[in-house]
Amino acid sequence: MNDYKISSGYLRLALCCLLLLSSHAWSDRILQDKYSLYNRIVVKETGDFICLLFDVRRDPRYQSCINPKRPKTMVFPYARMAMASLLFVPEPSTILVIGLGGGTIPIALNELFPAAIIDTVEIDPAVVEVAKEYFGLKPSPQLIVHTQDARVWTKRASHRTTKYDIILLDAFNGEYIPEHLMTQEFLKEIQALLSDRGVMISNTFALSDLYSHESATYASVYGAFINFKIAESNNRMIIAPVNALDDKTLRATAAALKSRLKPYAVPITRYANVIIKARKRKPNWQQDARIFTDQFSPANLLQGKKR
Amino acid sequence: MLVVPVIYILAFTGGFVIMSMELLGGRVLAPYFGNSIYVWGSIITVFMASLALGYLFGGKLSVREPTLKKFGYIFLVSAVLLYPLILFAEPAMQWIFNRIEDPRYGSLAAASVLFMIPTIILGMISPYSVRLLVDNIETSGQIAGRLYFVSTLGSALGTLATSFYFVLWFEVNQILTYLTLALVVMSILAAFTHWRVNKSTSI
Repeated sequence: MNDYKISSGYLRLALCCLLLLSSHAWSDRILQDKYSLYNRIVVKETGDFICLLFDVRRDPRYQSCINPKRPKTMVFPYARMAMASLLFVPEPSTILVIGLGGGTIPIALNELFPAAIIDTVEIDPAVVEVAKEYFGLKPSPQLIVHTQDARVWTKRASHRTTKYDIILLDAFNGEYIPEHLMTQEFLKEIQALLSDRGVMISNTFALSDLYSHESATYASVYGAFINFKIAESNNRMIIAPVNALDDKTLRATAAALKSRLKPYAVPITRYANVIIKARKRKPNWQQDARIFTDQFSPANLLQGKKR
Repeated sequence: MLVVPVIYILAFTGGFVIMSMELLGGRVLAPYFGNSIYVWGSIITVFMASLALGYLFGGKLSVREPTLKKFGYIFLVSAVLLYPLILFAEPAMQWIFNRIEDPRYGSLAAASVLFMIPTIILGMISPYSVRLLVDNIETSGQIAGRLYFVSTLGSALGTLATSFYFVLWFEVNQILTYLTLALVVMSILAAFTHWRVNKSTSI
C-alpha cells in the first residue's frame, strides 16, 4: 500500500492509538471533568496514557495524550507531524504556537531548543491549568503562555517587532478550528509574523466539505503549500516555508535531526521523504472553492457535510 | 383595515433586523476582539441598553400626533444610520483597537460605536406601534401582547435565518445591506399605506 516502511515501533504506536480511541478496551479513570468558559475539559487515564479531551458527548476529540512512563514519546501522529517544521528551520530561535492543548509540542520544542523563545497562545485558562497539572507544562521566560484569543494576540503582535522562525497553527475547540482563525485575513496576519527563513505549519483535518475551502484559502495567502499527509492519520499538515529548500537540503537536515528526535518517536527521515514527494503532487482539492474571509466563514456549518 | 396588518409587518421586520444585526455583530467584532464570551457580553449589553433607550424615546415620540408616516420615518432613519456600519466598521475598530488594550472594553467600545445609534432607533418601533394600534383601554394589553408576539417572533426568525443560512450564503456586509434595504422598503410601505388611507378618508 505504501512505498515507505513503517517500523514495528510505529505500528505498535498506531495500534495503541486505535485502542485508545475505542475507549472500551481500557479501564478508564476520569481524573478531571469540568466545564470551562469554552470547553468541557476531561482528563482521562486510559491504560498507560493520560489524555485531554474536549466535549465527549458524541464524538470525543482527543487533544493530547502522554504516557507518563515515557513522557517524551509523542502519542498522536499530528504532534509528530508538527515536528516536520524543523526540516525547514532546524535551529529555530523564535517559535509561535497557537492553541496549547496539553502542551505536548511546545514542551518538546522547549526541551530541544532551550534557548529559543516560545510564545504559546491559548484562549482557555482552564486548559493552561490542565497542561501544567497533568502534562508537565512549566512556563518560563523561554516558554511563555499567553491566555488570550489568538486573533487578538496576533493583531497585537503585528504591532511588535518579533518575527517567528516557526509558527504552528493548532487551535481547536470541541468542533474544529474557530472560524475567525480560518480566514484569509487571519492567515495574512500570521504570514506577516514569519521571519525571512520562517515556516508556517497548520494542523487541519482532511475529511469534510471544508477541505477544498480551507485549502483554497491557504493557497490564496501562501501560494503552493506542502500538503503533508501520512497513512495512519486523518490529519493534514499544511506547510508553507518562506524559502523552498531543495530535496538534498531536506534529506541532510532530516539525517542531522534523526537522533535528536528519536526519543519523541518522530520519524523525521520518513517525513522528509513524504514531504519531498508531496511537493511534486498537484493540488487534490477544488481550486475554485470559495475562500474563507472575515466576511464569509461558515466553516463549522460546512464541517458537518462529509466529502 | 389596511393599517393594522401593515403595522404588524413593520414590527415583525423591525424585530427580525435587530436580532440579525446582533448576531452579525459577533462576526464583525471577531477579527479585532476575538470570539470570547466577553465579546458576546459586550454586544448583548449594547443591544439591550440601546433597546431600553429606544423604548423610552419611542414612547415619548408616540405622544405627539402619531401617524403611520412618522412611523415610516423611524425605519428610514434606522436604515440611514445602519449603513455606515458597513463603510466605517474597519477603521472604527482599528482606531479603538489601537487605543484600548483590554479586549473587554475594546469590544464594548466598538459595539457601542457601531450598533448603539441604529439600535436605539429600532427600539422606538415597539412602543410606537402600540400607540398606533390601541384604540381603547380595554384591549390595550391584548394589543401590546399581540404586538410583542409578532415582533419577538420576527427576532426569533431573524436569529435563526441569519445563523443557519444567511452566513452560509452571503458575506456579512451583503447581509447588512439587505437588512438596510428591508428597512427602506418598510418605510416606503408605511408611507404608501399612509397615503392610501388619507386618500380614502378624504373622499
